[in-house]
Amino acid sequence: MAKVPVQFTLNGSEKAEFIDSGTTLLHALRDKIGDTSPKGGCHQGTCGACSIIIDGELRLSCLTLAETCNGADVRTTAGLSEGGGLHPLQRAFLDAFATQCGFCTPGMIMAAKVLLDHTPNPSREEVVEALSGNICRCTGYEPIIQAVLTAARSNSQNVA
Amino acid sequence: MELRKSYFADQRRDNLHEVGQPRPRSDSPGHVTGKTAYFADRNFPGMLHLKMVRSPHHHARIRGIDTSEAEKHPGVVKVLTAKDVPHNVYTILILIQIGPEDETVLADGKVRWKGEAVVAVLAETERAAQEAAAKVKVDYEVLPAVFDMEEALKPGAPLVNEYHGQNYYLYDSGECRKVRFGDIEAGFATADHILEQTYSSSPIEHAPTETTGCIVAPEGNDRFTCYTNTQAMFFTLDNASIILQMPGSKLHFVGGTVGGGFGGKVDVIVEPIAILGAKLTGRPVSFIYSREEEMQISSPRAAEKIIIKDGVMNDGRIVARKVTGYTDAGAYSRHSPYGAQKGAAHYPGPYTIPNVWIDTYCVYTNRTPSSAMRGFGVTIGDFALEVQMDKLARLIGMDPLEFRFINTYRDGDMKAHRQPTEGAALIECMQEASRAANWPVAEKFLAMSSYAKGA
Repeated sequence: MAKVPVQFTLNGSEKAEFIDSGTTLLHALRDKIGDTSPKGGCHQGTCGACSIIIDGELRLSCLTLAETCNGADVRTTAGLSEGGGLHPLQRAFLDAFATQCGFCTPGMIMAAKVLLDHTPNPSREEVVEALSGNICRCTGYEPIIQAVLTAARSNSQNVA
Repeated sequence: MELRKSYFADQRRDNLHEVGQPRPRSDSPGHVTGKTAYFADRNFPGMLHLKMVRSPHHHARIRGIDTSEAEKHPGVVKVLTAKDVPHNVYTILILIQIGPEDETVLADGKVRWKGEAVVAVLAETERAAQEAAAKVKVDYEVLPAVFDMEEALKPGAPLVNEYHGQNYYLYDSGECRKVRFGDIEAGFATADHILEQTYSSSPIEHAPTETTGCIVAPEGNDRFTCYTNTQAMFFTLDNASIILQMPGSKLHFVGGTVGGGFGGKVDVIVEPIAILGAKLTGRPVSFIYSREEEMQISSPRAAEKIIIKDGVMNDGRIVARKVTGYTDAGAYSRHSPYGAQKGAAHYPGPYTIPNVWIDTYCVYTNRTPSSAMRGFGVTIGDFALEVQMDKLARLIGMDPLEFRFINTYRDGDMKAHRQPTEGAALIECMQEASRAANWPVAEKFLAMSSYAKGA
C-alpha cells in the first residue's frame, strides 16, 4: 500500500508522518503520533467519541482521512490543559460529575469547546444541540449539559 | 441532599461525614484530560490484528473448513481453528461448579447461533485480517433452528446444545428452579380475586461506547500480559487459564478501566483466543470488536417471559402467587442458569405472601447467547411484578402505594425461599417517597415500621 506524507500541527506542535493512503486521522493520531485522547467507539461516524477540532471546526476523526489534513491546525482534548492547569471545560466536567466511564468525555469536551468558541453564552438548547452528535451510554447527559453551561459562565466572568 | 436521621436512629452511631458530601472521583482528572489509559490506548510494535470468521447460519453442521486461501493472503500470519485451542469446550461458571462445559471457543463440528466464532485470522493489519477472513471457506449443512422458548421446550424441537441433551438447563431440582412455600391451591381457593398476566421482554444490548476487546503482549518469558476491558478480571484470568491449559502465573491481566460495561463485559470471549494467538505467533495481538460485532455478537440481556398468577383479598392482602419464568439463554449457558435462578428467589418481590409457587426455566434456543446485564434475572422480573402490583391494586380499587404498604415485608417475615427478612427498610422508603412525591397515604401507613408488625 502506498505511503503518503502528512504534515499538520497538533495542539500547536508540528507533526509529520508517512502513513498508508486511506488511513483515518483517528488511526494516525492514535497509532502513529501517539495522541490517544480521541477514542474509537464506532469507526462509522455515529458516536462522537473521536471528535476533534480541525481549523476551528468540530470534525469526526474516524471519518477524516489523515492525508486531507496537510497544513491543518488539529486540536484534541490532550492539548487543552495549558501549563498543567485545567481548561474551564475540563474543570467544569470534573466538578459537575460529568464523567463516568470517561470514554465519551474527550469527544464531549471537543464538541463543547467548539460551541463555546463560537457561542460564548449558549442557551441550554444550544448546548443540547451542540452535544447531540456525542453519545454517552452511562447516561449522564444532564451533568454534561450543566458542566458546559457552568464553563460558559466561568469564561464570561474571566472576560469580565 | 437531605439526610433523614430519624429513620433507624437507634442503629445509627456514625455522623455520616462522607455520605451526602461531594467528593471528586479519583478517575475524573484522567478522563477530562484524555490521559486515562483504556486497553486500546496501548500500542506495541509488530502488533497483529485478529478478526473472526463467523457463522452466517443460526444452526448448522460444519462439514469442512478450508483456510488455504486465507493463509496465502498477503499479511496473514496465523489462522486458528478449533483444533488449535487446548481446552476448546468451556463454560464460564465452571469456576463455581455450574456445568456442564457447553460452549466452544472456536466452533467444532457445529454452529448454534448466527455470529458464532468459527475461525480466527491473525494478520499484520486489520484490513488484511478482514480480507483473509472473507477467504475462509466453511462448508455448512444448515439445520432446523428454534428461536422461541416455548417452541424449544416442546417434544421434537431441534436440539440446540448436545452438551445439555435437552433445551433447558438441568438444575439439581430438575427441569427448572422451584420455590414451594405454603399451599398455593389453598391460597387461590381463599382469594377474592385472581389475576393472571403474561409479561415478556426482548434481548437488550448494552451498547457501551467502548467495544469489547483486549491487547495481549508476550513478555518473552512464557508470560503474557493481557490488557483488557473485562469487568471480571480474575474470573477471566481463571477461565483463560483453563481454556489455554496454562497456569495462572503465566498470565498477567491489566485492566479495570472500562469504557462502559453494564454487564456486557463479564463473559470470557476475546481474551483466551487473543492470548493463544500471541503464544503461537510470539507477537502482540489486538482483538477488538467492531461496532457491528458489539451490537450483534456480544451477549445481550436475556429475553424473558414471565407468567404471574396472583390471588388477592378485597382488604389488599396477596394470599397466593404462582410464577412461571422463562429465561432465553440463547445457544450457550454463560451466566443465564444463574440469572434464571436469581429470578426464582426474586419473584415474590419485597412482599410477604403466605403461599408461593415458582418455576423458572433456563431455555436454550438458536439465538445469540445472553448473559449478564444490570440486575439480570431480576430487572425484567421487577418490571413484571410492579406492573402486576399496580394492576392488582386497580382490580380491588385500592391506592397502589397503600396496597404495597399492606404487603411489604418487614423484619422477621419468612420469605418464600426460606430466608427470614432482616434489615428491611422498604416501609420507611415508601413513607419518604410518599412525602417526596406528594402522594399522600393514610396515617396508619405513615405509622408503620419495618421493625415490627403492629399497625
